[in-house]
Amino acid sequence: MARKLPRRDVVIVGLGWTGSILANELTDEGLDVVAIERGPWRNTATDFNAGYMQDELRYAIRKDLFLRPAQNTLTFRNNIDQEALPVRDFGSFLPGNGVGGAGVHWNGQTWRFLPSDFRCRSHLVERYGAKIIPDELAIQDWGVTYEEMEPYYDKFEYLAGTSGKAGNINGKLQEGGNPFEGSRARDYPLPPLEMPYGPMLFAQGAREAGYHPFPQPASNASRNYTNPLGIEMGACSYCGFCERFGCANYSKASPQTTILPVLMRKPNFECRTNSEVVRINLDRLGTRATGVTYVDAQGQEWEQPGDLVLICAFILFNVHLMLVSGIGKPYDPKTATGAVGRNYAYQTFAKVEMFFDNKNFNPFISTGAMGQCIDDFNGDNFDHSSLGFVGGAGIMCAGTNARPILMRPTPPGTPRWGSTWKKATADNYLSSLYLNAQGSSYATRGNYLDLDPTYKDRLGRPLLRMTFDFPDNDIRMINYMADKAAGIGKHMNARQIVPHYQKKPYDVVPYQSTHNTGGAIMGSDPATSAVNKYLQSWDVPNVFVVGASAFPQNAGYNPNDTVCALAFKAADAIRTRYLKNEGPLVPA
Amino acid sequence: MKRNLALFTALLPLTMAAIFSATAPVMGQGGTDSQSFEQIERGRYLATAGDCVACHTAPGGKPYAGGLALETPFGKLLGANITPDRETGIGNWTDDQFVQAMQQGIAPRGHLYPAMPYPAFTKVSRSDILAIRAYLNTLEPVNNPIETNLLPFPFNIRSSMLAWNALNFTPGEFKPDSDKSAEWNRGAYLVEGLGHCGTCHSPKTILGSARSGDALEGSVLQNWFAPNITNTMHKGLGGWSQADIVQYLKTGANQFTIASGPMAEAITNSTSKLSDPDLHAIATYLKNMPSDGNAAPVPVVGSDKRMIAGQAIYRDTCNACHRDSGAGIPRLFPTLAGSAVVQSDDPTTLIRVVLQGSQGVATAAAPTAPAMPSFAWRLSDEEVASLLTYVRNNWGNAAAPVTAADVKALRQSLTNTD
Repeated sequence: MARKLPRRDVVIVGLGWTGSILANELTDEGLDVVAIERGPWRNTATDFNAGYMQDELRYAIRKDLFLRPAQNTLTFRNNIDQEALPVRDFGSFLPGNGVGGAGVHWNGQTWRFLPSDFRCRSHLVERYGAKIIPDELAIQDWGVTYEEMEPYYDKFEYLAGTSGKAGNINGKLQEGGNPFEGSRARDYPLPPLEMPYGPMLFAQGAREAGYHPFPQPASNASRNYTNPLGIEMGACSYCGFCERFGCANYSKASPQTTILPVLMRKPNFECRTNSEVVRINLDRLGTRATGVTYVDAQGQEWEQPGDLVLICAFILFNVHLMLVSGIGKPYDPKTATGAVGRNYAYQTFAKVEMFFDNKNFNPFISTGAMGQCIDDFNGDNFDHSSLGFVGGAGIMCAGTNARPILMRPTPPGTPRWGSTWKKATADNYLSSLYLNAQGSSYATRGNYLDLDPTYKDRLGRPLLRMTFDFPDNDIRMINYMADKAAGIGKHMNARQIVPHYQKKPYDVVPYQSTHNTGGAIMGSDPATSAVNKYLQSWDVPNVFVVGASAFPQNAGYNPNDTVCALAFKAADAIRTRYLKNEGPLVPA
Repeated sequence: MKRNLALFTALLPLTMAAIFSATAPVMGQGGTDSQSFEQIERGRYLATAGDCVACHTAPGGKPYAGGLALETPFGKLLGANITPDRETGIGNWTDDQFVQAMQQGIAPRGHLYPAMPYPAFTKVSRSDILAIRAYLNTLEPVNNPIETNLLPFPFNIRSSMLAWNALNFTPGEFKPDSDKSAEWNRGAYLVEGLGHCGTCHSPKTILGSARSGDALEGSVLQNWFAPNITNTMHKGLGGWSQADIVQYLKTGANQFTIASGPMAEAITNSTSKLSDPDLHAIATYLKNMPSDGNAAPVPVVGSDKRMIAGQAIYRDTCNACHRDSGAGIPRLFPTLAGSAVVQSDDPTTLIRVVLQGSQGVATAAAPTAPAMPSFAWRLSDEEVASLLTYVRNNWGNAAAPVTAADVKALRQSLTNTD
């Protein structure tokens, strides 16, 4: 039996990036905010301890900071003709857990989407005609423009101390930046990170090939930085332990290093850890949330009433909570009706390995987001009219690390173990590079999220079920990119170039990316989107669903800059509009 | 769990304010109307300057209701209940009794111990003391009986303090020095009086009284070394500007360091809430304290095997934050090069921070609160000694080497007490 707690103005589910941003903004507004976090409290000196943080076995292999499947997982299948089975060890993607969420273990790659990405369908139709879009794709517009997003991107990048070089300031192209990016109001708060030899060689090769290389925008501080909240970050030490690790040096932006020191001091904020929200409670009509019910570490169930409920968990669990709480109409792939679970998408990768003679790249000198990139083949930056696919990818030389367990590059044909393998890893460790193509992932009618009919979680709720395979469009796109990347490799004079193409079916076991998107997508039509352009539920207007769950499809970039910009945008809408007039911000 | 406060601590006081006042909340000569808003507000400010709340509040307890255990070299004392409760607090006291407790260390129930720093508070003016009294009278009375005296025999005999006072205590309100500026006098009044800085920062005799002639030159208490805060170059505040001192007291951090340990508490409770003019006055006074006059020692040579080992450990363990140059990062990781704490004769704080880690203070103006992790589990006594010998003698630093025995003793002491 749930025990009822005193009412709060705002109840936030999950204290990762979006929960922290919204909590900080709404406490500034004077609201009384409680955040309910599934995992533990986490703090730099105690949990990302400089004395043992660089432990690849513990953090990267045994996944110490991540969600454990015993606490919560999902089932997976490639298509509706299969029976989905539970994921018992997270592999392809690694949901975060605990205070800071996935913001603790990300790399810091901080990209804005292209203006054309936000008007994906309209843009393609305007440029090429409707026939360019393959039948299998369910591409939608976001209901928001890049111009509307720009101030919120700016807010996040300055909060996070992002290091980079602008390519376009107020419509004026900037030498050395990304000439394809949308116009920004000002440059990044910090200059780019130092560039090691590998990315410099890539930039030179890309220029020779006629492309436009630029430094990857990184929320790894290139200089000491004081953010707008007065919180200090230290210049990055290039230790190469970003992804899967917390930062021991206060250099990688995370809620811990950019928001929580200020948020936790506020008397009108409280965080309850090791407490998992079971469901959002609705009134009898199902049109208003009354709060949430959660279970604490002792197994005690609590009802936390609140006037406003912000669902700020990882995307899969945002969608799961909506489904188990009965918020919005579940998506049905047979009829393509219903909004919740619709347009689940991912990220499409290809990789090109390159082996060199007589080079030393010192690959261990690294950060999660250091490198050089080209955007010549991203989004619709190039002519698709005769290519047979839509979408694109960023191509980059951005080795995030060269840690000793997982980074063992060997040429094809090398045995997988034994003395020959050992010699090959020693021979190639310093003298190999790889290029990534990080491509868009476009939604289809058959890729979606719903509740599993068979398997339940520890709290008795049906597990979320993921149905996903790579669209043929995306396979054609990314393999085209692999060839383009290999072409740059030729300009770099590699001894051996090994493209790794992508193929179907999608495999949920090997790690690929934690850039899961969609399922509670934003848009301008309640029939085909779960939330409006302010991330407010069409069906229950005192619920906002914040995160990559709102992406109608995924672009060829890391999602976090857009995720956090959307959080600032939702906060702004709540502060300036919703609180003055509670109810739908967009008429349905 | 105990709090690391001063050996001696406590409360009150006031000043000849108007005469040389640079302070914001000064309201003239200090009215005696205990109901006046100005008088009460002034008392609140002065109680903050005296950090009364620190010793007179138990962890998690009601403010000023007493109960914090103060570990002294002679035994344990508890801060008294100073709410106006008539039975268990000081509600029954007359104003004169209150002034006598503050200035003479004599309470209605008998002699106080100098854990209540009446040797400092004796300098506080009667009018300031009455303002504090007026403020304390506005608190909710809390019925909380406290037996303050947990000292062992013979120290538990209060009248023993008669002899102590005769030897060690010079009563008398602060007398301004007309040769000095009003700001200096205000600073002296705060530092020597209400602020009772010397309670932690002045070396003590074996009887626990301030050693004459070397005020504020640093002292060990509760396994912390409260550093020299005179204008000494090498191991005092000589390298800090007046603005650095003000910023440190106001925000807890400046370009060189971040407060932790007992000073973090003093900043949180007290100095971060003082007016800018008062902080400038304190800085003026401290920057005019004479240097201790001692020349820096000759540094340990780089070829010493402890220096070589220490450098290797430093590069492996410390370098990412404190940097090759020992410069650290402003307001995030303290500067080691030229640091007074690093070069102090007594390395207690330095050893402690390596063994136990430390939590930087957070204030509204400097909210980051960076922390250093503990390395006790990873570095042996010998390794800590080499590391700190290196840190104390690199980048132009110079200080006596740290021995493995020093580290072992503190490790043992921290294990026993925390």
